[in-house]
Amino acid sequence: MKLAHRHTVQAWLFLTPALLLLAAFSFWPVGYGSVLAFTDYSLIRETRFVGLDNFRYIFNNEMFVSGLKNSLMFLLMVPFVQVGAIVLAVLVNNRLPGIRLFRAAFYVPVVTTVSVVGIMWGFMFHEQGALNYVMMTLKLVNAPVGWLTNDSLALFAVMFVTLWRGLGWYMVMYLAALQSIPSDMQEAAMLDGANRWQRFWKITVPMLRPTIMLCSILSVLAALKAYQEVDVLTQGGPMNSTFTALYYAYDQGLKHLKLPRALAASFVVSLFCIAIALLCLRYLKPKHR
Amino acid sequence: MTNRSRPLKTRLQLIGQYTGHYAVLCAIAVVCVFPFWWTLVTAISTEGNIFAFPPTFWPKAPSFDNFIEVFKAIPIWSFFRNSVLIAVFTVFWKLLLCSLAAYPLARLKFRGRKLVFGLILATLVLPSEVNFLVNFITITQMSLVDTYTGVILPNVVTAVAILLLKQAFEEVPQDLIDAARVDGASEWVIFSRIMLPLITPWLATVGILTAVESWNEYIWPSIVMSKPDEFPLSVGVLYLRGTFGSSTRVIAAGTLITIVPTLLAFLFTQRFFMRGMDGAVK
Repeated sequence: MKLAHRHTVQAWLFLTPALLLLAAFSFWPVGYGSVLAFTDYSLIRETRFVGLDNFRYIFNNEMFVSGLKNSLMFLLMVPFVQVGAIVLAVLVNNRLPGIRLFRAAFYVPVVTTVSVVGIMWGFMFHEQGALNYVMMTLKLVNAPVGWLTNDSLALFAVMFVTLWRGLGWYMVMYLAALQSIPSDMQEAAMLDGANRWQRFWKITVPMLRPTIMLCSILSVLAALKAYQEVDVLTQGGPMNSTFTALYYAYDQGLKHLKLPRALAASFVVSLFCIAIALLCLRYLKPKHR
Repeated sequence: MTNRSRPLKTRLQLIGQYTGHYAVLCAIAVVCVFPFWWTLVTAISTEGNIFAFPPTFWPKAPSFDNFIEVFKAIPIWSFFRNSVLIAVFTVFWKLLLCSLAAYPLARLKFRGRKLVFGLILATLVLPSEVNFLVNFITITQMSLVDTYTGVILPNVVTAVAILLLKQAFEEVPQDLIDAARVDGASEWVIFSRIMLPLITPWLATVGILTAVESWNEYIWPSIVMSKPDEFPLSVGVLYLRGTFGSSTRVIAAGTLITIVPTLLAFLFTQRFFMRGMDGAVK
């Protein structure tokens, strides 16, 4: 009893600094931000509760509504990222000469600053950039395409960069999961005459299920929160075609200092995140056999 | 899939057998690496423009002139130093505070343990989009705008780091702790003299992941810092695009200066990145 008590005091002493910081920069912003979304908070006068006014405002605001649509468009990317990452992970999960080099190549975009990614892909997507040159040489297009300046293409270009940057991260997640699958299972199946394809569907995929669930949820959330690549590539343009919901929030909050509106917008994004995460949890949960 | 069962195959035969496999790997690798290559070629070329048609994929008359131009054009040394400062302090404080928090969660029995652990896990799922906006108010009220403390403070404690270090502490044999307690060592001595040295590899993992993350962080520092001289590289490099709109070679050189440290850190410490992921999947 005495020992347990001594540990309690010490444990809390060890934990206090970390918990204080978490409280200040993780719990407080979520709580306080959710409250402020229902007020007319501003630095210059007293704050009043305004109910759903901010929400009414943003849902009548074309920028936000089309931003929300674009954020949902980003969800189209999720299957590509996940399937691509699993394929990559399976491809590099071999003990072949030089395989570490490939793993590094696929992971390098992940450890690159987003501002640099923006600059590099800005070059790539330029009308006279490498991408147009390659596509014209292969006769895929006749004239240079304005990947980032055409308002029906820009969103897809930004989505591609997000994919380019995210793939390696999920690949390594899947790789870690693949390597924790006991190899005797694969060997037993091989002895039973299962071919590569059968082994992949009957052993690898079921064993990866928890990781697939985790990564799918993470990538759904990341898609809904798309912001950084937009900021460094197009700043929402051309003609607001790449404006996302969260971009609207930061634009309103940090550039126009309309904080309650911004918080209402990010509140809506959060609700979408929670709802979709719950759906994913429900439908991707491992089945009991 | 491993070649353990077929030890007689030579490397060459293996490569032959996996030609298709390698072809796919190479194709994807080109897509991943090409933008870097093109930036490098542009940065060390002195002739021609990145937008010359047809583009050059091999450096013409290579030299470091563009890099010198970057140093003249923007205070890139300050940017560099600022990034290093921010990274070093973030890593130091994160390792200290997160290992302090992880130790009791892993090895001490105390009242409220489950609650604390639950709270820390909750930060992983809490929607954090609101954080930047309200944290900016907080930082303003603490008068930390335009300070590195303001940039560093919100990033010092993360649930992922606490979880990874907790796992590391759990792997240390209980006998060591019991022996130390019998000898009358205080929890602080056990933590700092016995536990911390034993989890050095994990501290290295968290440290390297944090250093790269901090080096690459872009949104938060760009919100907190407003004086260009105090920008970290990740924010400052965008300045080149503004000042050198047309001189793509200089922009490319600045870009390289920004990414080379992270690339080197990653290439030489790959296994730490893998280990971090291992912990995340478990």
